[in-house]
Amino acid sequence: MIKKIFSSNPLIMLIFSAVVLTAPIWLDPIGANYPDLLQKFAIFGIFAIGYNILFGLTGYLSFGHATFLGVGSYTAVWAFKLLSMNIVPAIILAIIVSGVFALIIGFLSLRRSGIYFSILTLAFAQMAYSLAYSVLTPITNGETGLQLSLKDPRVLDSMAGIIPQEGLPSTNLFGYLMKSYEGYFGFYFAAVILIIAFYVSLKIFRSPYGLKLRAIKSNQTRMKYTGFNTRPYLLSAFVISGMYAGLAGALLASIDPLAGAERMQWTASGEVVLMTILGGAGTLIGPLLGTTIIKYLENIFSALNPSELHNMFDFMPEPLQNFMVTIVSPFVGEGWHLTLGAMFMIIVIFLPGGVMQGLSHLSSFMKRLFGSKKDTTPDSVNDAAPTTSKGGH
Amino acid sequence: MSYILDIDGVNKTFGGLHALSDVNLKIEEGETHAIIGPNGAGKSTLLNCCIGRLIPDTGTVTFNGKNMIGMPPYDINHAGMVRVFQTPEIFPDLTLLQNVMIPALAKRDGTFKFNPFKSLAKEKSIIKEAHATLADFELDKFHNQLAGSISRGDKRRLELAMGLIQHPDLLLLDEPTAGMARHDTNRTIDLLNSDRMKTMTKVIIEHDMHVVFSLADRISVLARGHIIATGRPEDIKNDPKVKEAYLGESEDE
Repeated sequence: MIKKIFSSNPLIMLIFSAVVLTAPIWLDPIGANYPDLLQKFAIFGIFAIGYNILFGLTGYLSFGHATFLGVGSYTAVWAFKLLSMNIVPAIILAIIVSGVFALIIGFLSLRRSGIYFSILTLAFAQMAYSLAYSVLTPITNGETGLQLSLKDPRVLDSMAGIIPQEGLPSTNLFGYLMKSYEGYFGFYFAAVILIIAFYVSLKIFRSPYGLKLRAIKSNQTRMKYTGFNTRPYLLSAFVISGMYAGLAGALLASIDPLAGAERMQWTASGEVVLMTILGGAGTLIGPLLGTTIIKYLENIFSALNPSELHNMFDFMPEPLQNFMVTIVSPFVGEGWHLTLGAMFMIIVIFLPGGVMQGLSHLSSFMKRLFGSKKDTTPDSVNDAAPTTSKGGH
Repeated sequence: MSYILDIDGVNKTFGGLHALSDVNLKIEEGETHAIIGPNGAGKSTLLNCCIGRLIPDTGTVTFNGKNMIGMPPYDINHAGMVRVFQTPEIFPDLTLLQNVMIPALAKRDGTFKFNPFKSLAKEKSIIKEAHATLADFELDKFHNQLAGSISRGDKRRLELAMGLIQHPDLLLLDEPTAGMARHDTNRTIDLLNSDRMKTMTKVIIEHDMHVVFSLADRISVLARGHIIATGRPEDIKNDPKVKEAYLGESEDE
């Protein structure tokens, strides 16, 4: 019964859309219902879903995907400056330009596999970061970051007769401001894009093309002797995931029209790897789960400070309270990455398939508990093999 | 007489080792040709030179009238020459059904086809053919299992199925029964002698003489990189040079 639901695309999309669009309601009790965070869930979710098409399906671990996120943001801001404050041209251009970047970087990096591929992508990402930070200052505005200014031409807007009011104009979708409805318009727009992005990913996962990508991950040598030229398969997957990253970057810029080099830093590239692995690489929904978990915890942990910790441990006797605060405080606030690192280690050691593996363990445990003897083997045509993350394959 | 595969004057050295010296071998259409020889005679090197894993130093490999030297492995596959490996080369993380669907898709889609929006579940004819092929190899009952989880003998049969679903003009088999128990070996011999495979042109590398004499129409003996004899099984059995190569009684040493 459950198996049937998961093999029907329309049903999956219906459930997925319902869950995403009602996020403000069901995230309310855990204090995650405000537009800024919801937008982050959706946008980084798109980033991770795209990354998963490369890493989850082919096993090629790119350490430079933030490059495309940054390229997408810069392109979008330039589109706002030169063309129009409408986000549609910005998003389309960002996808195209990041796709071109992915084509070039992918073409060069995919001459190698395994760890060498990872290092190459990292090297390209660092190059892109340095270029954005210093060398290409006229284009990227270096350290300050690229921003809108009053002197921007905005050709399309002025042709359409949209005259900016006082101050800087805001990003909009055919007149609807992204910031309207207290920011919820921005979230719902990102959510709709997320649903489309998820649908494309679902189609790819369940296509012959997706099966071939999984086969490349499983045994690339065999693929070549089976009659497949694996290079174009890998390159197309790389470009698709780069375009997803560019889309995510454009959405970030659509909500807050500025782009800085730090968006391309290696930590940003590492973050999407963490999100994907934490949720479960190679699974459809895993990367999105990983994104939500990481962004939610980041939001909570990075906001904590010692005085709040004292409040939290208020119920304890004074010396114990001080002791607890001393222990915990390095893990919160600025030190939240320590928590993230520890969490990541625990997941990789005990659940190499990520949260999704944990869930499948849980469901088979429940089944055993209630004595149902339904087979849990995957649907032989469609389903991804359970992913045991093989590191830098 | 038409030859499907013509290996002509192939030399291959690794450093100082002459792995293949001036090997000439012609495979006739429809025959099952066994290549035997002691360990290190160059049998696997010869196969690797045919399928593009190695490039010979000199000489030509002509298949169906086309020169194969320097062609990438996937183009050689599409030319109709398919190899089954000695250590089973399968897709361990995919189900058996998917393992067999992949080569069927290769046959249909060519070396590259970008069809991300096509539904895999709607590839009815490919799925049907995959099930039928698995059934021929008595593997269909496992079609839902991951290929990495089945026994070694089943893995080798699976790889045979993967080769067969492509309907190759020439199937190269590298020790198809190595490491198999006797009854598994006999099952494989029966499969290779079955109606579906009997008439297919095959080159078999094999150690097991029982297998060789059960299957081969002709036999070539490779020793220290040279083909020392080619002929019908009964001639090879009685060839003094072959006995010498196998027993190691060489007079000039």
